Amino acid sequence: MFAYTIRRLLMLIPVLFGLSLIVFFMIRAIPGDPAQVILGQLATKEAIAELTKQLGLDQPWYTQYANYVGGLFSGDLGESLRTKSPISEEIWPYLAATIELSFCAMVIAVFIGVNAGIISAWFQNSWFDYAAMVLALVGVSMPIFWLGLMEQWVFAINLEWLPTSGREEVRDPVSAITHIYTLDTLLQGRLDQFWDVIRHLVMPSIALATIPMAIIARITRSTMLEVMKSDFIRTARAKGLRMFWVVYKHSLKNAVIPILTIIGLQTGLLLGGAILTETIFSWPGIGRYIYEAIGYRDYPVIQSGILVVAFIFVMINLTVDLMYAAVDPRIKYQ
Amino acid sequence: MKKRNGILFFAFILILSLVLAGCNKESSSTDKEPDKGGTDSSENSAGGTIVFGRGGDSESLDPATTTEGESFKVTKNIFETLTEFGEQDTEVHPGLAEKWESTDDGLKHTLFLRKGVKFHDGTDFNADAVVFNFERWKGGNKESFYYYNSQFAGVLEGVKAIDEHTVEFTLSRPLAPFFKNLAMSPFGIASPAAIEKHGDKFTENPVGTGPFKFQEWKRNDRITIVKNEEYWQEGLPKLDSVIFRVIPENSARVNSLTAGEVDLIDGVNFSDVPSIEGNADLQTFFRPSMNVAYVGLTNTRGPLKDKKVRQALNHAVDKQALIDAFYAGAAEAAKNPMPKMIAGYNDDVVDYEYNPEKAKELLKEAGFEDGFEMELWAMPVARPYMPDGRKVAEALQANFEAIGVKSKIVSYEWPTYLEKTRNGEADAFMLGWTGDNGDADNFLYVLLDQDSIGSNNYSYYKNQEVHDLLIKAQSSPDQAEREKLYGEAQLLIKEDAPWIPLVHSEPALAGKKGITGFKPHPTGSDNLATVELK
Repeated sequence: MFAYTIRRLLMLIPVLFGLSLIVFFMIRAIPGDPAQVILGQLATKEAIAELTKQLGLDQPWYTQYANYVGGLFSGDLGESLRTKSPISEEIWPYLAATIELSFCAMVIAVFIGVNAGIISAWFQNSWFDYAAMVLALVGVSMPIFWLGLMEQWVFAINLEWLPTSGREEVRDPVSAITHIYTLDTLLQGRLDQFWDVIRHLVMPSIALATIPMAIIARITRSTMLEVMKSDFIRTARAKGLRMFWVVYKHSLKNAVIPILTIIGLQTGLLLGGAILTETIFSWPGIGRYIYEAIGYRDYPVIQSGILVVAFIFVMINLTVDLMYAAVDPRIKYQ
Repeated sequence: MKKRNGILFFAFILILSLVLAGCNKESSSTDKEPDKGGTDSSENSAGGTIVFGRGGDSESLDPATTTEGESFKVTKNIFETLTEFGEQDTEVHPGLAEKWESTDDGLKHTLFLRKGVKFHDGTDFNADAVVFNFERWKGGNKESFYYYNSQFAGVLEGVKAIDEHTVEFTLSRPLAPFFKNLAMSPFGIASPAAIEKHGDKFTENPVGTGPFKFQEWKRNDRITIVKNEEYWQEGLPKLDSVIFRVIPENSARVNSLTAGEVDLIDGVNFSDVPSIEGNADLQTFFRPSMNVAYVGLTNTRGPLKDKKVRQALNHAVDKQALIDAFYAGAAEAAKNPMPKMIAGYNDDVVDYEYNPEKAKELLKEAGFEDGFEMELWAMPVARPYMPDGRKVAEALQANFEAIGVKSKIVSYEWPTYLEKTRNGEADAFMLGWTGDNGDADNFLYVLLDQDSIGSNNYSYYKNQEVHDLLIKAQSSPDQAEREKLYGEAQLLIKEDAPWIPLVHSEPALAGKKGITGFKPHPTGSDNLATVELK
């Protein structure tokens, strides 16, 4: 197990290396010159040339790439062309915002998705099954953009239950320690702020959770259906075990691998894919950070931002793989 | 069976309630929510706090080092300039300089500075501070002090402190918009002590003399500025603080205003204006127009090389229909490349009237009786002068179709779009411009002079006569003569038809009913000192 983990971690190196190379070339392949974008529409050719030189963008690509990768090895993610701040300092608040949001969304998605899937399988072809699966279909196909605006309209404007957007009440801002606001407010014993932060989390989390929730529900249902047709389930029922235990203990345990896989994949996707939700709910997360960097052709931020997200994605998948062994004794890693 | 249904129903309700659980609990505490802001502000005495919602974050809070409007929106309230624009126009008024004198040849200007003004860090504003700022801009990298270089470099020879409150500017040639330039946000006077203290980090620690002091900046989220208690203008600012909050999506921003979380927003979709006006708790504001939206007709490409073809396309466009459909009426049809408020606007120019028949005739004369095909580039981003590029492009496409010109709508992501049009790769393309200082030079020379090909003359328009007029106007100290020269240039430009000027729009803003004293400025940088929230 230990050796396996080490091996997997070592395999990360070529993966990230390849990824950095792809990203590096991709962003340089798109037209649009960072110096031009920074200087705006009024810029003269000389000013652009001078800034290009100052930013080091006039050097050959291999020098630029070598500098970049060299920096990465010493933990230097580069410096934003736009804000001139080191990315390693700048990125954490954005990342923390996205982690907090994605975590909440995943908790909602897993809890509801898995349970809805199980109950649908348990009572296959019942009205609950049909209702849940139709809802899941709607969930997968619902444009987040529309859903987000509708949520705001219903829960913030009409019912006045929740705030429309943002992470906190700006008139009484949270003083950041870890930048995970739920944690920060608790650390400071500010329960009023904690509650406020939770209120801000609800709508974007639900919007973000919709798609993974629907996917998880459908996968859970189909795997559970398969497992519940097995002989050992029939045996369990025959010996008079209560149906609840048959479903939640014996069946679920055997259906957990595909469910876990899909949860891991979806969590990874949320980290980078929260951009629509982040835009509608003005959530200052990593998706918007990278997206705006693209608009400004802020090469270092795009490169490092994508790399960090990819790193987390790979790490989540690794964790999921290791969890297989924990939940299924038949799986052993060597 | 009944029992089974019971369990199912129970499970369904359970899940449904879980979805809503988060929200349900809120209802008890939300009642407190609206007065939360209120209690906060009442603790801070009369003024209170307003939250200003906008679409994007600032790039830098050192106005000298940026060209970006979202930055000036904030720095306008932290820094002050030697001269100031009028409340809602670009007339020159005294600012940090109380009065000034100029020599007859227009080469020397002496400015008398306001006494008793202090920077936010407690240091004195005086002639040395002014000289320090100008030397910083002049001596720094060309690219970092971009506006200084475009407006003053090569013309401004020296800035000298005569005594503590008098500064003398020496120019190498007369610069007609000199005092207008001084009023531009990038020339806000910063505290020399603070610049020395913060160095590169001055962009995040701005110190000026303005009505508000900088307090906090959380990137991509919010900027907070607070009242400058020592402000030299008695009774101002009225507010205790202003929080600029980034809400990128236009509809979400309106939602935040409707829900009462923000007090003032800009970048309102014209299509949202009627619903805001129908809400008794809200009001709309319109920014006086200092912009132009146009369709550039790249003068070096295919049939567009022919003046008659370009004139024909001008006759084909129904501008009023565009205004009614996309601008909620808050725009004026454009006939010149610059709006009416700019001195030198030639109102005698007669626009190409909407007349498809005439357009067809012109095409016939040009030898394109059966029309032709071209690309029509649609702006991929919304701007105050162009709320929805795609839809406007579709309307234009129909207009062109009616005279036999088949256009294919093309679009690229914004920086790509700008680069390609700049390289002359587009046939007809949509673009626009918002003025910086309210001077005709800032429209005509920047957008249509042959010198500007490769920067902002995207249509590759070249006319020696126009060039001569514009250069002459640039260096003439006599305002009346300049206006005459610009008037002539506009006639020539109209005849050559390098563009189809579309509209001058009045960008929409909205706020709570209780907002008073808010006067949107045509430059887009609003002074919030007089704003109150009742």
